[in-house]
Amino acid sequence: MAEPLTLAPEAVRSARSLALGDADKSLLRFITCGSVDDGKSTLIGRLLYDSKRLFEDQIAALEKDSRRFGTVGDDIDLALLVDGLEAEREQGITIDVAYRFFATEKRKFIVADTPGHEQYTRNMATGASTADLAVLLIDARKGILPQTRRHATIASLLGIRHVLLAINKIDLVGYDRAVYDAIVAAFDADAGNYAFSSRVAIPISARFGDNVSGQSPAMPWYRGPTLIEHLENVELAADGAAERPLRFPVQWVNRPDLTFRGYAGTIAAGSVRTGDEVVVARTGQAARVERIVTHDGDLTSAEAEDAVTLTLDREIDVSRGDLLVPADARPEVADQFAAHLIWMADEPMLPGRPYLMKIGTRTIGAAVTELKHRVEMDTLKPLAAKTLALNDIGFANLSTAEPIAFDAYDDNRTTGAFILIDRFTNQTVAAGLIRFGLRRATNIHRQALTVDKASRAGAKGQKPAVLWFTGLSGAGKSTIANLVEQKLHLSGRHTYLLDGDNVRHGLNRDLGFTDADRVENIRRVAETAKLFVDAGLIVLASFISPFRSERQLARDLVEAGEFVEIFVDTPLETAEARDPKGLYKKAREGKIRNFTGIDSPYERPESPELRLSAEDGDAEAQAERVIAYLVAQGIVPR
Amino acid sequence: MSSPLKPHLRRLEAEAIFIMREVVANFTKPVMLYSIGKDSSVMLHLAMKAFHPARPPFPLLHIDTTWKFREMISFRDETARRLGLDLLVHTNEEGRAAGINPFDHGSSNYTQVMKTEALKQALGTGGYDAAFGGARRDEEKSRAKERVFSFRTGSHGWDPKNQRPELWSLYNTRIAPGESIRVFPLSNWTELDIWEYILAENIPIVPLYLSAERPVVTRSGQLIMADDARMRLLPGEVPQKKRVRFRTLGCYPLTAAVESEAVTVEDIVAEMLLATTSERQGRLIDHDESGSMEKKKREGYF
Ligand SMILES: Nc1nc2c(ncn2[C@@H]2O[C@H](COP(=O)(O)OP(=O)(O)O)[C@@H](O)[C@H]2O)c(=O)[nH]1
Repeated sequence: MAEPLTLAPEAVRSARSLALGDADKSLLRFITCGSVDDGKSTLIGRLLYDSKRLFEDQIAALEKDSRRFGTVGDDIDLALLVDGLEAEREQGITIDVAYRFFATEKRKFIVADTPGHEQYTRNMATGASTADLAVLLIDARKGILPQTRRHATIASLLGIRHVLLAINKIDLVGYDRAVYDAIVAAFDADAGNYAFSSRVAIPISARFGDNVSGQSPAMPWYRGPTLIEHLENVELAADGAAERPLRFPVQWVNRPDLTFRGYAGTIAAGSVRTGDEVVVARTGQAARVERIVTHDGDLTSAEAEDAVTLTLDREIDVSRGDLLVPADARPEVADQFAAHLIWMADEPMLPGRPYLMKIGTRTIGAAVTELKHRVEMDTLKPLAAKTLALNDIGFANLSTAEPIAFDAYDDNRTTGAFILIDRFTNQTVAAGLIRFGLRRATNIHRQALTVDKASRAGAKGQKPAVLWFTGLSGAGKSTIANLVEQKLHLSGRHTYLLDGDNVRHGLNRDLGFTDADRVENIRRVAETAKLFVDAGLIVLASFISPFRSERQLARDLVEAGEFVEIFVDTPLETAEARDPKGLYKKAREGKIRNFTGIDSPYERPESPELRLSAEDGDAEAQAERVIAYLVAQGIVPR
Repeated sequence: MSSPLKPHLRRLEAEAIFIMREVVANFTKPVMLYSIGKDSSVMLHLAMKAFHPARPPFPLLHIDTTWKFREMISFRDETARRLGLDLLVHTNEEGRAAGINPFDHGSSNYTQVMKTEALKQALGTGGYDAAFGGARRDEEKSRAKERVFSFRTGSHGWDPKNQRPELWSLYNTRIAPGESIRVFPLSNWTELDIWEYILAENIPIVPLYLSAERPVVTRSGQLIMADDARMRLLPGEVPQKKRVRFRTLGCYPLTAAVESEAVTVEDIVAEMLLATTSERQGRLIDHDESGSMEKKKREGYF
């Protein structure tokens, strides 16, 4: 058995070599978790002590504290090294996350010490969010508890890939191998619920030091690494981050004067070189990286975790919250996604309630649209739920006020994680881990400058146009327009027909037939036609539109060549004789006022693109003339 | 250019720069508490890096208790001039008028009036919504639980039970009018990291950190330097010339020196690695009682 509080003999030697050859010393962040009294604090105290990071005055304070608060009789209580706040000391439990630091020859370590008390899931999640590895403390006398499963679940959920089972107080079970084996088997029986890539189990005594930094002579049956050895050698999760596609969240736009505009940020994944093309994930705008600026001089390349400032070779719209990415490996861009939520506030989660979401460097309005289920932590089963309470973990759909760029959390902890903030108290109410986007369209990215009218129309194999049918009521406009639309549709063209029927009942429901209303009616129709043209469609508008000035207005809204005025020139007598809706009759009887051709003028087009009359034949023949015209103009292919 | 930084220092550097940029992007009126010590020197150096080629877009604020080492004050003024930064100096004038000093009023009273109150005055009148401090979590137990973005009420109070969870690097920077945030970009640095970084980056420090012959008296086992004529000597006390240096800097009557031969930063790093006492040993104000730092923090001490 190792002695309590023996000064590790290598301590001085290791301190010297720290100063000398440790050029490649890396940083490992880990979290310790376990139930109350499993020995977490003792273990961390032991790690600090064994790594010679304790100073004489700290040991003196520790001795004094041990007499006052200690739980181990006259011995020095290593746990008191890490139980920080007075309030906690009085209660005898740790209630928050504390960070501890120690180093060995190989690595520097940051330990997040998180409490074992059931209601403090949120603290453990906090510690786990930045950890590469989790040390799960298990009291050898008690074995796997529901708490152990809960901690393993949170660690796994938060993307920790390495788990170390520290089977503690092995001295109290006589260093018995059978106890160790049974605990490992029990843990592994649940392993299917977790996503750990490495699992190591080490029998230790935190109090006496066995298998912490030195092999225990009391357990010759254990051949594996000591706890420190494993921490020193485990492969870092961050390794390989540089090989992934670039993710550069713009944190701050640096504009000291008019000559310099740089985008400051920390590379979240991948690498960047000068000359690389990057796009703004939100808009698809592209530019090349001109310089990688640092205080120590420009770089030619930078990689994950580097804090740099990029300048681009052209002016594009980039601001804080934007994500710069490679054009060929973009993140998802969507306003709806599914995520795990860890609820951290006393007020319960309410679906539909507006929260603020901070994701990367972006802050945006968001709401939970649907809670799919709550994870029952002890059984790991999904349960139906309407709300989440403090320390609950749930799976939910969320929506944001605008589309955001993100990756799945398992692919990138920076671009896949978010917090929710209460808009009124400003408290952080939840942590979220994005699993997947919900819109099918998420893989079709916005292509600024390239997605315009031409490209939309190009995708449809046509040129956009407005076919504006004008003429008296009963002239045959709608009949011809319908036929034209059918023909275009049959040949695979994308069209839309606007006529009195579909606009008077909705968009223009508030308008009557006074001149002012007629003008407004046509203005709205013309604006709508313009939007549809922008969408790449061939729009057929069928309106009496008796005034030249309104037709001119409609013509002016679109580009030259896109407006085809088709005058259906049917004499009043013919139209009045047809009178399909009986309107002329009513007008003659004075039951309808302002009727075109009766008590309101029709201004004939002076130079329409097409003039259709009875000489062209029936409606079918007239429609054919329109198609022939469109083909001749190259608006539709032959 | 010096050799590339060790990976763990690079990671700490990038983290601190990220934190500083996050403050500037989210707050309207930040200020950097500049205490002239080694941590402040590192913090300032990181600020120069974070905003390059721009200057750090905030002023430096020094709380002058009037009892700082003279060399600290000249180093402070020289640093602000060299970097072209805006330096604000604040002293609690009521305390000065009342003649509050560390000899007659006891270290904790003195600290309360000339440091804690002075700081609250300066932050209050300046209307700052964020203040950078150079504290590290490894300094003291209650610091170990301190957040990077530490929320303060309108009266600058710190409630250890009401701090926001900090996950990933997603700092919640939202505050209501009148509230403020103290930000600690060096949270995850250790004393050794600080020295290794100063060495690697060649960062100027106050010469008091390096060993030299200085006049000191020995009081209850501590070496106190007689920096100026205001030093009250006890009967029979005569300052002796000793080769000493300081591991931490503050008000000279309250800051103990250590005997040392370390005349370069390399020497300090080597000495650090073999050190058997912590730097707080040299801070007389921390000794009063266990948990004293937490009490001070609740009252608004940095
Ligand atoms: N015998 C023995 N006791 C231990 C060991 N580790 C911790 N303890 C004791 O278990 C109790 C709880 O330990 P502590 O570290 O405070 O647990 P925490 O609540 O997980 O931080 C204390 O009395 C420790 O001294 C061990 O390996 N062996």
